[in-house]
Amino acid sequence: MIVLWGSNARAAHPIFFHHVLKGIRNGAKLYVVDPRRTESAQWGEKWLGLHVGTDIALSHAIAREIIANGLENRSFIENATSGFEEYQAYVEPFTLEYAEKECGVARELVRELAHAYARADRAQICWTLGITEHHNGVDNVLSLINLGLLTGHVGRYGSGLNPLRGQNNVQGGGDMGAIPDRLTGFQHVENDELRAKFEKAYGVKIPAQRGWHLSGMFDAMEHGELTALYVIGENPANSESDQHRCMKLLKGLECLVVQDMLLTQTAELATVVFPAAAGWVESEGTVTNSERRVQRVRRAKNPPEGVRDDMTILCDLADRLGHSLGHPSAEELWNELRTLSPMHAGMSYERLEKSGGLQWPCYDETHPGEQYLHARLWERPIIGPLAPFSPVQHDPPVDLLDKDFPIRLTTGRRLDSYNTGVQTMHYASPLRWGETLDLSPEDLQRMGLNEGDMVRIVSRRGAVEAPVRVDPGLKPGLAFMTLHFPDQVATNELTIDAIDPKSGVSEFKATAIRVEKVSMKKKQEAEAAVSN
Amino acid sequence: MDLHFTTAEATAEERAAVDACLATVSLNGSRRQFLLPVLHAIQDRVGWISEGALNHACQQLHVAPAEAYGVADFYALFATRPRPKTVVHICDDIACQVRGAETLCRQMEKEFGPAGSSKDGSATWHRSPCLGVCERAPAALAITAGEKTSEHVIAPATAPDVRSALRGATIKQPALAISVPQAGQSGLRLLKRIGTVDPTSLDAYRASGGFLALRRALEMGALEVIREVTESKLVGRGGAAFPTGMKWSGVRSAPLPRYLICNADESEPGTFKDRVIMEGDPYALVESMIICAYATECSHGYLYIRGEYPLATSRLEHVLQQCRNRGFLGKNILGSGFDFDIELRRGAGAYICGEETALMNSIEGHRGEPRNKPPFPTQVGLFGKPTVINNVETLVNLPQILIEGGKAFATIGTEKSTGPKLFCVSGHVNTPGVYEAPFGITLRQLLDLAGGIGGTGKAQAILLGGAAGAFVGPKDMDVPLTFEGLRAIGATLGSAVIMPFDDSVDLKQILRRIAGFFRDESCGQCVPCRVGTVRQEELLARMASGKTIGGMKQELVLLKEVGQVMRDASICGLGQTASSAIESALAKFPIFEEKR
Amino acid sequence: MSTPPKAPDMKIPIPRGPLPIFPPERPKRLVEITIDGKPASVPEGSTLLEAARTVGIETPTLCYLENLTPVNVCRICVVELENSRTLVPACSRKVEPGMKVQTDSERVRTSRKLVLELLASSVDVSTAPQFKEYMQRYDAAPERFGPTGSPAKAGERDQIQPGHHHAADGVHAETVAQPVKVDNDLYVRDYGKCILCYKCVEACGVDAQNTFAIAVAGRGFNARISTEFNVTLPDSACVYCGNCIGVCPTGALMFKSEHDMRQAGTWDEKKQSQTDTICPYCGVGCQLTVHVQEQQIVKITSPLDHSVTNGHLCIKGRFGYEWVNLKK
Repeated sequence: MIVLWGSNARAAHPIFFHHVLKGIRNGAKLYVVDPRRTESAQWGEKWLGLHVGTDIALSHAIAREIIANGLENRSFIENATSGFEEYQAYVEPFTLEYAEKECGVARELVRELAHAYARADRAQICWTLGITEHHNGVDNVLSLINLGLLTGHVGRYGSGLNPLRGQNNVQGGGDMGAIPDRLTGFQHVENDELRAKFEKAYGVKIPAQRGWHLSGMFDAMEHGELTALYVIGENPANSESDQHRCMKLLKGLECLVVQDMLLTQTAELATVVFPAAAGWVESEGTVTNSERRVQRVRRAKNPPEGVRDDMTILCDLADRLGHSLGHPSAEELWNELRTLSPMHAGMSYERLEKSGGLQWPCYDETHPGEQYLHARLWERPIIGPLAPFSPVQHDPPVDLLDKDFPIRLTTGRRLDSYNTGVQTMHYASPLRWGETLDLSPEDLQRMGLNEGDMVRIVSRRGAVEAPVRVDPGLKPGLAFMTLHFPDQVATNELTIDAIDPKSGVSEFKATAIRVEKVSMKKKQEAEAAVSN
Repeated sequence: MDLHFTTAEATAEERAAVDACLATVSLNGSRRQFLLPVLHAIQDRVGWISEGALNHACQQLHVAPAEAYGVADFYALFATRPRPKTVVHICDDIACQVRGAETLCRQMEKEFGPAGSSKDGSATWHRSPCLGVCERAPAALAITAGEKTSEHVIAPATAPDVRSALRGATIKQPALAISVPQAGQSGLRLLKRIGTVDPTSLDAYRASGGFLALRRALEMGALEVIREVTESKLVGRGGAAFPTGMKWSGVRSAPLPRYLICNADESEPGTFKDRVIMEGDPYALVESMIICAYATECSHGYLYIRGEYPLATSRLEHVLQQCRNRGFLGKNILGSGFDFDIELRRGAGAYICGEETALMNSIEGHRGEPRNKPPFPTQVGLFGKPTVINNVETLVNLPQILIEGGKAFATIGTEKSTGPKLFCVSGHVNTPGVYEAPFGITLRQLLDLAGGIGGTGKAQAILLGGAAGAFVGPKDMDVPLTFEGLRAIGATLGSAVIMPFDDSVDLKQILRRIAGFFRDESCGQCVPCRVGTVRQEELLARMASGKTIGGMKQELVLLKEVGQVMRDASICGLGQTASSAIESALAKFPIFEEKR
Repeated sequence: MSTPPKAPDMKIPIPRGPLPIFPPERPKRLVEITIDGKPASVPEGSTLLEAARTVGIETPTLCYLENLTPVNVCRICVVELENSRTLVPACSRKVEPGMKVQTDSERVRTSRKLVLELLASSVDVSTAPQFKEYMQRYDAAPERFGPTGSPAKAGERDQIQPGHHHAADGVHAETVAQPVKVDNDLYVRDYGKCILCYKCVEACGVDAQNTFAIAVAGRGFNARISTEFNVTLPDSACVYCGNCIGVCPTGALMFKSEHDMRQAGTWDEKKQSQTDTICPYCGVGCQLTVHVQEQQIVKITSPLDHSVTNGHLCIKGRFGYEWVNLKK
C-alpha cells in the first residue's frame, strides 16, 4: 500500500511515479491525500480531498480510528517508541465525525484509509511540499511519522516514511552540512566531540552554535544583524514568499555575492556575480537523491568561456582571500569527506561508478549501503533511542479565509516546468501555457468567468493578474497557481511569509485570496503585453 | 488513470447511444470489456464513430482515447469517419465471385459510383469479404443506422435488391430450409430440428428432446460428462481438430474462476454451418454451452458471434432471454445449484477474431490481435483466467454424446474422425447448402449429395477447408473426408468448406482474391503476415500481369519463400495458413507456367 | 495534559543499526536444454534468448528491449524448436526441460532473412544501425520484391479504412513511405521509418509512462502508430517524456534537434561524446546520458540498466537542457 500525502508525484516526480505505477500494476493500493484531485490522485484507489492545512487533524483521526479498532502494532510500540499513552490521549477527540467536519473528507474514506494502512502487510507514506510548505510543516511531518510508528510501517522492507525530494541534490546539500545545526554527515555542530574532529581535520575553529535557516537570515537582515550574503545556486528574489519584503531586504544588503549558472533575478541585485558551471553537466562530483543514493555527476561538456565550476570558484576565492584551500579534484575532496562522515565512509568513487550509486549509510567499503533506514527499531532490545510519538497540535493556516478573501490559493508544480523556471523556460515545451489561476468549474461559473479571462488575484499582501483556467480537479473555493513564471506573474507577491519556526519554510501552500474581474481594456493591455 | 481528452464533445444522440448501452451492464469489474458493445451502439445509432462519441465512451469506460481509437479502427464494420446511415456490404469473395458478385459490384459502381462513395449522403455500398451465406451467393448485408437499427442479409442479391436496400427497404428472404437441402430427412443428428422445429420456441425445443441432455448431465455430474466426451473422441470442428475432452480436462485442472467462450465468429470464406445452426437450432447451442460450463465449472460464458450475422444474433438474444426466464440460465439452473449465464458479444468485421486468443482480446476491449502461445487459453485465457473455448459445431455435438453415450458416438464416422459432420458446400454445385454426413464420406459422394458439379459441369479444382485450406483436383474425388484422409493427400478439412470451381473459372483470379483476403484480414501485428500477405498478393499480380522480376521461375521461388516465412514465423494460424491454398493450387495446376 | 515525551537528544548520533532485511527470493531451479548441440543450464523462467546468451549465441532482435515486455512481433529472433510445428520467438519463449533448439538452421536463417527483406522493402531503415549489420549477416536482398512506388501523401495512410482492399498494381512493392510528422518543437515522427515494433506504444503505456497517448490503429499493412483520430501531439495526451524515442529502434521517433541537424547535414556521431550524469531537476536522481557534439548538447538518453530510471525519463530530464546550450 502506498499513501501519497501532499504530493503530486505524477507531475513533480514523474520517474518515481513510474515505480508507483509498477506497484499498482503488481496489486499495490494507492491512496492519495491532497486538496486537489491531481493527476496522481486519479491513479488512486481512493482520493482524500482534504481542506488545505488540515493534515494534522486528518492524521490524528486516522490514528484514533486505528487505535479505537485495536489495529495498532502493540509489540512494535512497546519495543521501539515512547509517548504512546500521551499520543493516544491526545488524538482521542479526533473522531471520524470531527475529521469529516474539519478536513472535509467523508468519514468512510478516513476509516477506509485507516484500516487499509493499519492492516497492510507493507505500507509507505510519501509526502512532498504539500506537507512541508506550511507554517507548521514540521508538525505535519511528525503527525505522519506518528502513523508509521503506530502501525510499525517503518524500518522494514517495503514500508516506510518517505519525503520525496524536490531538487536533485537537496538531500545531498543537507548531508553535506548545508543546514544550520549540522556538519557534514548530519553530525551536530553543538556536539563538542564531533566538532573537534572537523576542527582537527580542517585546521580551523568552527563556531559552536547553530546558524540561521533561510527565513532566519531574512529576519536577521531586517534587524541589521546580517549585512552580507553569499548566495550559491538559489533564487530567493523569486522563490521566497512575500516578495515585497524579500526584495526590500536583499536590496538593503551591504554586499550580495551571487554564484549561479544563470543571471537570475537575485543575481541582478548582486554586488558581485560569479558565473558558475552547470553542476550536472559541466563539472565533476556527486549528488544524492531522494532515496539517499549518492550518484556521480560528470562533466559532459566544458563550461562557456570565463565560467568555472562551483568548487573552483570557492577555491579561487579562498586563494584571493589569502586562505588557500589548494585545488583538490572532486574525488580528492570526496575522499576527505569520507574520513569525516561515517555514513559516507564506504563510498569510494570506484564503488559509486560500479554500482550506479550507493545509499547511505555506508560505513565501510564492504558495506552494501542501506535501502531503508531504521531497521534498528525492530531489534530486541532496540538499538539506540526510542522513537517518540509527537502529539502535535492541529493549527489551521495562518492566512484566514473571510468574506474579503474567501478563496484558498495553493501552489505547486507542473510537469514540464521547474521551480522559478530559470532552467525550464528555455526549452519549447508544448505543454506550457504560462501562468494561470486554476479554479473549479463551479467557481468559474459562479464568478461568471470564462476560461482565458484575465483576473486580478488579491491577497492581503499583494495582487497579480493572470488568466483563469478551469481544473475539474479543484473543489469549489480552492485555487491553484505555480511559481514557474515569475516574469509573467509573480505568484509569490501573494503568498504569506508565515514561517515554520522549526524549519524556516514559508506557508506557500495556503494563501487567502479573492478574484476580481479585469475590465476588457485592461485585459487587452495584458494580452498585448504578453504577445510583446 | 489520468486520462486526457480532446475538446470534441459527443452529440446528444451519441451520448444517448453510449449511455443506453452501459445502462444494461454492471460496471463493477473491468470496464474496458464494454468497449466493443459501446462502439457497436454508436455505430448502430449514428452510422459512424466520431471523436466526440469516442471521448464520451472513453470517459465512461476509463479507456485512453488513443487505445479506443486503435480498437475502433481495427474493425471493418466500424467507421471512424462520417459514413452514410445506410450501407450495403456486397460480398465479392470467392464463392460469390463464381456466382456473379463481380457483375453486381460493377453494376453498383456504374449506378452509385465507386465503393464508399455516396450521391446524397444517405447511403453507400462497400465490398466485403465472405459474409457466410455462400449457399445463396451472391450475398449482401444491408445496415441502416438509427434509433432502431435495421440489419439484414440479402442472398441471393440482385441489383434491384441492392438498389432498394440502399433506399432503406428490407428485402424478404427465403426460409432457412433452402440452406439445408436435407431438412426433414430422418437420421440427422445435428440438423434434425432445422426446418422442422420452430427455432424461437423454447417449448418446441423441449418437445423435440431439448434439454434432456442437460438434465442427464446434471444427474451424471461434471466428471462423468467429461469422461463421456473424452470417450466420444470428439475433436474441435473449428479447424484445429483438438480433442475436446482433453481441452476440458486441462481447464478443469486450472484454478477458478474460469470462463467459457463459444466461438461463433465463423468467418472462414465458404463457411456457413455455424450460422445455419444458430439461425435454425439456437437452443441446442445454448444447451450445449450450459453442459460445457457445467462440466468445466465455468460460471460465466461468452458467445462471440460474427457481426455479419444479424438474424442469428437476434435469435440468440431472444433464446438467451427465454432461457433466463425459464431457469435454464442464471442462478441454480434446474435446481442443481449450478450458476451460469451467457453474454452475447458481436464481432465487427474481423476474420482474425475467429482466432481464439484474438477473440479474447476482442472481448476484453483490446484490438483483436492474437496472443503468443504458450501459455494456452486453458491456463491463461480470457481476462488472464483459464478458459475453455469451443466452436459452435463442436458444442452442438454434446447433447448427442450425452444421450447416446460417448461410446456410441465414437462408432459414427471413422476410427480417428468420429461423429457426424457438417459440410459447407458452395461454389459450382447444383444444390449448395449445409450437409450432414458421417466422417468418411468421400468427396464424390458428398458432391453427389449436393446435386453434382454445377456451372459447366466439369470440375477444375475443389477448395477444401476455406481460404486457409487447400485445393484438390478432380482426381482426388475419392478421398474420404476425414482429418486423416485429407492429411494424407496434403489437404485439410479446416472448417469443412467444399467449394468446387468449374473449368471456366480463371484460378488466377481466385488465388488473387484469396491473397487479397489475407492481406485485408491480417491484423498487422507480426512482420511475416503483415508484409508477407502484401508481398504474396503483389507476386501473384506480377505473375498474372507477366511483368515478373527475373522470370516466372524465380518469382515462384520467392513466393514459396514468402509462404515459408509466413508459415514458420507468424504468430497465429492466419499467417501460418495464408499461403497454403495458393501454394497447393500452384503445386497442382499449371497456373503460371512460363510461356516458351 | 501531561508533558510531552522527551525527544531523543539530537546532538548524539544514532548508533549503527542492523542491515536491512529483504524477503528471500524463491530459489530458481535450473533447467537443462540444448542449444545448437551445446548443453545449457539456465534458471527456470529464462527465455530462449537469455539461454542462448549463456552459450555465447547472440540472437538478432528488433522489437525486444530489456526494459519492455516482449511482444514478439518482429519475429526476427525466431529459432527452431524440436517437435514444434512452427519456429518460436526466442525473446519470449520460456525454457522447458529437455528443449532442443537450433538457432542457425536453414529454416531459421530463411525466416530471419525474409523478415529483414519484408521490412527493408517496405520501410526506410536508413537510420536503423542494427539493420545494416543484420542484413549483411543474413544476406538479405529486399530489392527482390521489386521497385517501390511513390510515397503516400501526408495523412493519406491515416485515412485507410480497415479491410478496405487496395489492389496491387502488378509492378510496385508497397511501402509505408510518407512525409515526416512535425507538430511540436521537441520530437518528430517519421512513420516512413516505422517497423511497427510496438515499443513506443509499450513505453507510452503500461511498461513505463502509462499515458497512452499513442496506440496501434488500423489493420494489416495499414496498421500504424496513431493518436486518437490522428490528432497532433499537442492535441493528444502526449506528455513529451520521450520514452518512445528512447526505445525506437529505427529512428522513426527522433529528437527534433537531431532531425534538424540531419536535415542540415551537421549531425555527426563521430564528433559526439556520451557522458552519464544525473538529471538537474527533481530529487529522483535519474541517470542521463548526455550526447554532446561540439560543446552543444544534442540529445539526452538514459541507460536501460539503471535501477532508478530503467531507461525512462520525463520531459524535463529529456528535453530541459536547452538552457545549458544557450548559456554564454
